[in-house]
Amino acid sequence: MPTSPDGLASVRGILRRFTTPLLPDDYTMLVNPLWSRRELRGKIVSVERFPDDTIHLTIRPGWGVPVDFQAGQYIGIGLRVDGRFTWRSYSLTNAPDTSDGLFSITIRAVEKGKLSNHLIGTAKPGINVRLAAPAGDFYLTDPLPEKILFVTAGSGVTPVIAMLRSLEEKRQSTDITVVHSVRNADDVIFGDVLADYDAHIQVTSEQGRVSPAVLEELVPDYADRVVYACGPATMLDELENWAKDNDMEIRVERFTLDRASDAKGGTITFARANVETTADGATTILEAGEQAGVQMPFGCRMGICQTCVRELVDGHVHDLRTGDTKEPGSRIRTCVGVAAGDVVIDA
Amino acid sequence: MAIDNIKAYSHLTDEDIREIGRRLDAIKEEFESDLGEKDVRYIKGLIRTQRYIEFAGRGALLFSGRRPFWIAGVALLSLSKILENLEIGHNVMHGQWDWMNDPEIHSSTWEWDNVCPSSQWMHTHNFAHHKYTNILGMDTDVGYGVLRVTRDRKWNAMHAFQPLINATLASLFQWAVGFYDVELGKLAAGRTTWKETAPKFWETVRKAGTQGLRDYVLYPALSGPNFMSTVSANATANFVRSVWAYAVIFCGHFPDEAETFTKEQWKNETHDEWYLRQMLGSANFRGGKILTILSGNLNYQIEHHIYPDMPSNRLAEIGTRVEAICREFDLPYNTDSFPAQLLKVQRTLLKLSVPNEYLAADRDNAPEVRSNAVWSKYPEVAEKLWVGASETGERSGLRTALPLLEQVRPTLKEGLLNFTGRTPEWRKKVAAAEAAQLA
Repeated sequence: MPTSPDGLASVRGILRRFTTPLLPDDYTMLVNPLWSRRELRGKIVSVERFPDDTIHLTIRPGWGVPVDFQAGQYIGIGLRVDGRFTWRSYSLTNAPDTSDGLFSITIRAVEKGKLSNHLIGTAKPGINVRLAAPAGDFYLTDPLPEKILFVTAGSGVTPVIAMLRSLEEKRQSTDITVVHSVRNADDVIFGDVLADYDAHIQVTSEQGRVSPAVLEELVPDYADRVVYACGPATMLDELENWAKDNDMEIRVERFTLDRASDAKGGTITFARANVETTADGATTILEAGEQAGVQMPFGCRMGICQTCVRELVDGHVHDLRTGDTKEPGSRIRTCVGVAAGDVVIDA
Repeated sequence: MAIDNIKAYSHLTDEDIREIGRRLDAIKEEFESDLGEKDVRYIKGLIRTQRYIEFAGRGALLFSGRRPFWIAGVALLSLSKILENLEIGHNVMHGQWDWMNDPEIHSSTWEWDNVCPSSQWMHTHNFAHHKYTNILGMDTDVGYGVLRVTRDRKWNAMHAFQPLINATLASLFQWAVGFYDVELGKLAAGRTTWKETAPKFWETVRKAGTQGLRDYVLYPALSGPNFMSTVSANATANFVRSVWAYAVIFCGHFPDEAETFTKEQWKNETHDEWYLRQMLGSANFRGGKILTILSGNLNYQIEHHIYPDMPSNRLAEIGTRVEAICREFDLPYNTDSFPAQLLKVQRTLLKLSVPNEYLAADRDNAPEVRSNAVWSKYPEVAEKLWVGASETGERSGLRTALPLLEQVRPTLKEGLLNFTGRTPEWRKKVAAAEAAQLA
């Protein structure tokens, strides 16, 4: 997979012998924070601010960041807030072909959005951030469907913008319809791109929300189209049911975890809370705890941020992201760990 | 005999112990919620400084053939290794910095400059030692399997060589740590199989190999004609770090008045009593800022044991709170100067190289061990104490008792006379007291 340039690629193996148990990167990053591929890093190179608490960021990735992505995928951004790394995923808004190895994202202020609000308040060129590689299965299929219907709401438009930008050259062969909802007329972001595709903009505070009935009216040939939807979970649920009823193909963005593994589950004991529960091999320890009334700290819920790490007192835990099996005494990420037999967690 | 009932021993009521637990929980919460950028700056600054020092040390040693460079290189590299192992590695692996959510400074990813693989260290140290602190037969750190640090441990011929074993352990401390969790002793005793031991054994050997290659082949080769002097310099730095780590760690649990416990105590223990066991089983030493950082803040061993995952830079401040609690509940707060604590440890190790019959003090009231039986054995001390606070709020508990117990111990002169066999009457007195107690 193509990655951003890595200054140590050819000599890392040799240098490692000298820097063991650390990595050469642990020393080079003292000179330039981007010179390390131990954690993926990036530097903010430009910040564009808009009046309605929205910013566009362009990020130059540091050593060894995978730069190959599909339009519609997201990257993780991690930044220290009050000393703690906080993570969030943001859809990339630039088209892969014209990205020049840079990442563009759009951030909008949200209520209780700790990281988004922090970024909007403090982002400026030169700031370093941590990155998680582009990921997600919300992208256009190859070959392209003949007819596509994009349904988006609010900042859910961002992955679709990347798709529309990447479709620029192929738009002759594909029939594209875009329906985008915003609360107020001046909430529209990427108005130029949307206008380019003659998008229908629904201002919900005036015209009401986009229900399946409204969609059927707006897009009469809806049943022939593949639907790509991104927005609030309630909207996605409704659209999925609608697509099912009409036997249509639909793809949505939900930022989920692949739960397939050999772990068989077991009894989970939360030692401090003195609570016992059983869980299968697809339910994470964090989720099992929540269902049993044990609230543990969590961050990204995707195994990136390490907020949810707890000690495994007894038993074995399977890590869904790495496929490793963790032994008693080790510290595990509860958001991606499932029980492999009976376990005891220090929580 | 060690302590089998910490509540009775410490002259506290159930409510006292609960109150101490409550206050310690509150301190934990208060400090944890206050962690932030300032703490991040501390650990990141320290790590950066340590890496610069290491770089400078390795650089100086390229010219190790010249005496001043050798000396400067050894000093810098020793300092770097000490900082890396004690204030950085040990504390990061405890999870003290996990709250930052930074995978680069995290217990699940940290690997330290030591032949002991960090995963093994975290098992024996964080798990076994910190949970079962000072419980005989459960915490193998009580003597590390090779030393007799309490007269409760049966004497055998090996202990006659204790001063020698002690010196070897100090100079090769990282190797002892490295093979600690491999448990070769268990294998020799036939209590485990080679198949179970092998993975850990090879893991340590592999790590020792890469460490050794770096210190004894690669950097010496890089220094060209100074090969041998770089080897000697690196060996010296490893030696200095080993002895220093040994000294700091031994001052944590083996000075006089640090308590040991029986499995009986552990069986019935509450969370609040666990705190109390950590307080009575650990010892601090006083030191300025530099000594504190060089010892990885383990001069606040008591606080570190109460809160193993509290960032080390906060322990000094927490120390004043813990000391105040000890004073209020008339509990001992074991602290002294660094040389004084180290001297007490060495005195104990030397003394215990001889069998118990040559030792004057009995197992219920010796400098390194006491038990619940001490109160019935020495009623003249017990009658001056009471449980909990009096009606006027006054206390007379363990803190008051310890100096009194020291007074009724055999004096140095009596000890020496006993050792040379000139006071058989002393031994008879001890035997009679023990018989009376049994009756």
